Amino acid sequence: MAMRPRLVEVRKNVLRQNDLLATDLRRRYGLAGVTTVSLVSSPGSGKTAFLEKTLTMLQPRYKVAALVGDLATANDAARLERSQAPVKQITTGTVCHLDAQMVDRALDGWNLNELDYLFIENVGNLVCPSSYDLGESLRLVLMSVTEGEDKPLKYPTIFNSADVAVITKIDLADAAEFDRDAARGSIHSVRPGMRVFELSAKTGAGMNEWLAYLNDSRAPVAYAGG
Amino acid sequence: MHELSIAQSIIEGAAAELERYPENRVAAVHLQVGVLSGVVKEALLFSYDLAAEGTPLQGSRLEIENIAAAVFCPICREERVLDSIQNFRCPVCLSPTPEVIRGRELLITALELENGYAAAAC
Repeated sequence: MAMRPRLVEVRKNVLRQNDLLATDLRRRYGLAGVTTVSLVSSPGSGKTAFLEKTLTMLQPRYKVAALVGDLATANDAARLERSQAPVKQITTGTVCHLDAQMVDRALDGWNLNELDYLFIENVGNLVCPSSYDLGESLRLVLMSVTEGEDKPLKYPTIFNSADVAVITKIDLADAAEFDRDAARGSIHSVRPGMRVFELSAKTGAGMNEWLAYLNDSRAPVAYAGG
Repeated sequence: MHELSIAQSIIEGAAAELERYPENRVAAVHLQVGVLSGVVKEALLFSYDLAAEGTPLQGSRLEIENIAAAVFCPICREERVLDSIQNFRCPVCLSPTPEVIRGRELLITALELENGYAAAAC
């Protein structure tokens, strides 16, 4: 006679391996005193232009570097290299998101102690990256004025997982008949109190406010022991 | 779609657990999926069978329990369950509720085991 199935209790986080590695990355960033910022958005919202502008403006005062995830090309890395900052491309193949292991491997050969800021540009995707902790201290979600004010309502999970929202291409706001209040309303509906920046990487509008905020968020250097 | 890699992690986690119970096979894996976990149930169920093929978990079921988002209301000072993750407001007093208590789970909670030899004998 077949035995009845019996239930054994397990409590196991499915993403445990990623989370453990992310925790270790966060510890390493902390020890090196590097502020790590990740960027998520849909494809074409202006992550790379925003990051190129940010790197270029930070470059005179700080040591900055970037990792950039892309499914198939190294075009984004080539664009970011114009900022003179060290840039490494993570080509994910068919994988639609970055995970902690990809970041860990990409950091191989870089000395974190020499950096003030590390930026991690995720693959353009508003769904999959939300599940994976990369050890970052700040997660930015970007949306452009041409995408529609209700984008956060369509992708509440990723907007809720982010720390800061950036509305890009603000120089096109009038042409796109972009409703700022409606967009802020949508953002705060899925993540009450989230800081929102409106800016244009092309004209530079709003960039100084963002950089001032970034400066205030700098990681204090953690010392290991006495 | 990242559900296939999530499914592979579930299979790996369950297979590692199964090693503690020799002579058993897994009939089902019980999984909690939070509404804020970023995982789509249908895509995960579809991926699970693919990921299980050729592993000790082949032929097992994935039983998913959906976990709603629970938040802490700073005004009521109570835990509240949200009706929708598009609206982070207390359903009672309508205050904004940024603090999430539950809803991000992606957790294997139990395995349903069958004794492999006993089952094969009948």
